Amino acid sequence: MRLSTLTVAATLVAGAAFANPVSPGDVVFTEDGAVEASLSGAAGNPEEGAKIMGSKQLGNCVACHQISALADVPFQGDVGPMLDGVADRWNQAELRGILSNAKMTYEGTVMPAYYKVDGFTRPGNAYTGKAAEGPLDPLLSARQIEDVVAFLMTLKDE
Amino acid sequence: MKFKARTAFAALLLSVPAVAFADADDDKLVINGDLEIVTKAPAPAHLSDSLDEIMSGWHFRSDETQALEMDDFDNPGMIFVDQAIEAWNTVEGAAGKSCASCHEGPENMAGVRAVYPKWNETAGEVRTLEMQVNDCRTSRMEADAWKYTGGDMASMVALVTLQSRGMPVNVAIDGPAQATWEQGKELYYTRTGQLDLSCASCHEQNYGNMIRADHLSQGQINGFPAYRLKNSKLNSVHARFKGCVRDTRAETFKPGGPEFTALELYVASRGNGLSVEGPSVRN
Ligand code: HEC
Ligand code: HEC
Repeated sequence: MRLSTLTVAATLVAGAAFANPVSPGDVVFTEDGAVEASLSGAAGNPEEGAKIMGSKQLGNCVACHQISALADVPFQGDVGPMLDGVADRWNQAELRGILSNAKMTYEGTVMPAYYKVDGFTRPGNAYTGKAAEGPLDPLLSARQIEDVVAFLMTLKDE
Repeated sequence: MKFKARTAFAALLLSVPAVAFADADDDKLVINGDLEIVTKAPAPAHLSDSLDEIMSGWHFRSDETQALEMDDFDNPGMIFVDQAIEAWNTVEGAAGKSCASCHEGPENMAGVRAVYPKWNETAGEVRTLEMQVNDCRTSRMEADAWKYTGGDMASMVALVTLQSRGMPVNVAIDGPAQATWEQGKELYYTRTGQLDLSCASCHEQNYGNMIRADHLSQGQINGFPAYRLKNSKLNSVHARFKGCVRDTRAETFKPGGPEFTALELYVASRGNGLSVEGPSVRN
């Protein structure tokens, strides 16, 4: 009995590694706002994550956060906390949760939800000022979120 | 609980950048060596729950940009004022009139900017200065309306604004204007777009902080129209609102429409007590 349950669990885990990305509507948050499972089903690439965070067209996280590891990216903002050592403060699932929808961790935060596509007021077509045409894409893809999480996990002071 | 503890911790962290409020510098704005501009004032009573002090956007700009506003010879916005003086005296439209035909010199506009947007009894609505200018053009001059955020309009609004420069902003928010003011307040605090940000997210909660290369001000409009170095022209209030709403990845409202008019009344009232400062210089 016990053995077969374990086998089933093992199969599920193995299956998850090849699963399609979790769609934004299906993300499961814990009570504290963490997201346990990889959104893409795979591990992220920290180098890509660093690029996404610094790029104005992608994450543009530096608009609000300072990150010493991205010192070559100019004009880092200070609307949010400095992210140095962030992996000492949060584990991987928590960081994934903050990125997917920071409001599940911090009520009312100004940090945008990067993996959410509905529930917005007057959603626009990107930065055109015109109404959105059809369903929104999340600000970052499942894979990009995992890349950023992987990079954030390298930000350790201790 | 973990959630609470972390939130408290974050709140603590957030109070660190708040020290950067000192960044709204203590410089004094005196124009042409003699006109003192009130750029900091106690917040009006209706804001007592959210702000102690109101500040002009001038305090959040660099010394170089600030200096351009301290002398009318250096202020590029003044070129447009000169153009508007010409337009003021130019007869246009089927009625054969210019602004001067009814109002004589522009100095008769002293005090006007300070109380706009304002309830118009005959029309039964709150009107912006632009709406009023276009009303004169279409009904009294029988000329074409100007584009709401166009250059002719911004220049004329700058000329009218200049006549009130140095006077305290004092828009009425009670009586018949109250419903519009409430609507504007609602809009100010409504989070829009895929970034889900309201005016307050940036200009009430985060003024003094940097958002990328931009030093966030309180988003006051006492300095409008504003000459922006970025686009080398005078910018009207609704054009600025449109840009800010667009930056939340939202569908914007229409310049000149009822939503931005209500929002303008509300935002103007957040500056009650600051001096009329336009045409200002910003980056
Ligand atoms: C518009 C501003 C804004 C943007 C853009 C933004 N954040 Fe944030 N972020 C915040 C704020 C503010 C907080 C603090 C939470 C709070 O109290 O509201 C925060 C918190 C965080 C935290 C927890 C920090 C800690 O020290 O505990 C992480 C991690 C984080 N953000 C990562 C990111 C990443 C990665 C991106 C881009 C993909 C990003 N943020 C984009 C505003 C922003
Ligand atoms: C994502 C952040 C953000 C949001 C949301 C936002 N703004 Fe702004 N706003 C800015 C930035 C950046 C500037 C340029 C720097 C400054 O003056 O604050 C600016 C400038 C302004 C100015 C010019 C101030 C001056 O003195 O020249 C006004 C007025 C203004 N905003 C009003 C608004 C209103 C009204 C809303 C809501 C409809 C709004 N903003 C929403 C970021 C924002």
